Amino acid sequence: MDEGFAAALPANAWNWLAVWRRNYLAWKKVAFASILGNLADPMIYFFGLGSGLGIMVGRVEGTSYSAFLAAGMIAASAMTASTFETIYAAFARMRDRRIWEAILYTQLTLGDIILGELAWAATRAFLAGTAITIIAAMLGYAAWPSVLYTLPVIALTGLTFASLAMVVTALAPSYDYFVFYQTLVITPMLFLSGAVFPINQLPGAFQQVTRFLPLAHSIDLIRPAMLGRPVVDVGVHIGALCIYAVVAFFLSSALLRRRLLR
Amino acid sequence: MSKFAMELTGVKKSYGDKIVVDGLSFTVAPGECFGLLGPNGAGKSTIARMVLGMISPDAGKITVLGEPVPSRARWARMRVGVVPQFDNLDLEFTARENLLVFGRYFGKSARELEAVIPSLLEFARLESKANARVAELSGGMKRRLTLARALINDPQLLVLDEPTTGLDPHARHLIWERLRILLARGKTIILTTHFMEEAERLCDRLCVLEHGRNIAEGSPHALIDKHIGCHVIEIFGGNPRELSSLIRPYVQHIEMSGETLYCYAPDPEQVRVQLRERAGLRLLQRPPNLEDVFLRLTGREMEK
Repeated sequence: MDEGFAAALPANAWNWLAVWRRNYLAWKKVAFASILGNLADPMIYFFGLGSGLGIMVGRVEGTSYSAFLAAGMIAASAMTASTFETIYAAFARMRDRRIWEAILYTQLTLGDIILGELAWAATRAFLAGTAITIIAAMLGYAAWPSVLYTLPVIALTGLTFASLAMVVTALAPSYDYFVFYQTLVITPMLFLSGAVFPINQLPGAFQQVTRFLPLAHSIDLIRPAMLGRPVVDVGVHIGALCIYAVVAFFLSSALLRRRLLR
Repeated sequence: MSKFAMELTGVKKSYGDKIVVDGLSFTVAPGECFGLLGPNGAGKSTIARMVLGMISPDAGKITVLGEPVPSRARWARMRVGVVPQFDNLDLEFTARENLLVFGRYFGKSARELEAVIPSLLEFARLESKANARVAELSGGMKRRLTLARALINDPQLLVLDEPTTGLDPHARHLIWERLRILLARGKTIILTTHFMEEAERLCDRLCVLEHGRNIAEGSPHALIDKHIGCHVIEIFGGNPRELSSLIRPYVQHIEMSGETLYCYAPDPEQVRVQLRERAGLRLLQRPPNLEDVFLRLTGREMEK
């Protein structure tokens, strides 16, 4: 059993790169449409909520509503980009298109494939989150140079949510199940993590739940960087994101091994 | 280094109560084409997956190119090429890109790959399709591209799982011809098929599988001699039961399949004499083939 589990772990530190490059080559062919797709959704929220609600809300936590919202939209775009890449695109590569199966004929292990897919989803998230950051900066909602700190956080957020989504991908019998993850986990997380309004507006019990949500940790890192404020508990937030990423990675590896290598 | 390219000893695999591979043992010598012949569900694909280390046997030992599998399957796979039963080419890519991307999974650099890809495309007779998307290729072309892909790491051993299933005769003959070239170059091939002609044409040795057990093993000719060893007369157009009792004394063995009688007749003339008076019968006398062996061993009737 132990011996068999080695097949579900990465074989070395660089094999995953071949999988990442495969996805990059495929993405390059449709890059324009893809970037536009990744940008559209958070931008609509950003301008829709920002200009609409912003007028009514006025100032939030000592800044304009749009400046407050920018950090939430950056984190949310990273979350959704890597989630969707993993539950839909990676699931298709695993099941319908048998691409993982072909890769398993080579010297790559299942773990190499999973790591490559996660790194790729994190890259997609990085692109999406960075694009929103640049637009927010152009609109004057980013403090220089602390805005640069958002970039590694966006990548880590992408990796964490890719890892979590990989668990869902490993378990889902078909695409129909992904909608549960979206509506029961991803969308509520957007509202419970302080992306759209401050956490202290939530009822007390919910505020406790918030402490365990990865998106909340991501926003707690990104928002101060965007507003040029000091970050508190950097280690806690980064640690929480890393723990989610690592635990979900091993869990998804074990589940995918059961699903594919038997 | 083991003297065998592949060795299976007492390999077992079951899923729940269903035994898929039941104490299977065989060896494949370097440079040999070894066939696993069996009906659908005989465990052929499961064996192929076990040989690649994608699934672990419940019991028994597997050695591939000197590496114990599954513990060192990754090292074995570095020197193995695979053609699966169902195409799993990357539809988003061109033929050339498919080879490039696959070669990178073996850790090869773009430069190394650019050097070998033209000759592989030529081998697969796809030179003119290098920049065509896979979706535009015909079934036979896709299979040939899959074969070229399996050669990207210059493997010593090829594992082919039903390589010509679903192809038209032209495409199939082209694949067979390519495989013979590979054998002439010294590659070892293990081939699963339910296609008797394929096994007879290509395989030096084969084993016949039923319910995951090895029920016969040897060269195609030896198996035909041993299990049939005489001419076969196929009779259609009459009442098989009645005819069967009429000619039974004159043949070595008789079998019924649907409306056809298969008579294994050491002396075919005697059978013909018996049937001379009967109008409307069609007789086909032919040398025995592997299909006869297979059906003899596994039973002519489908419902069993």
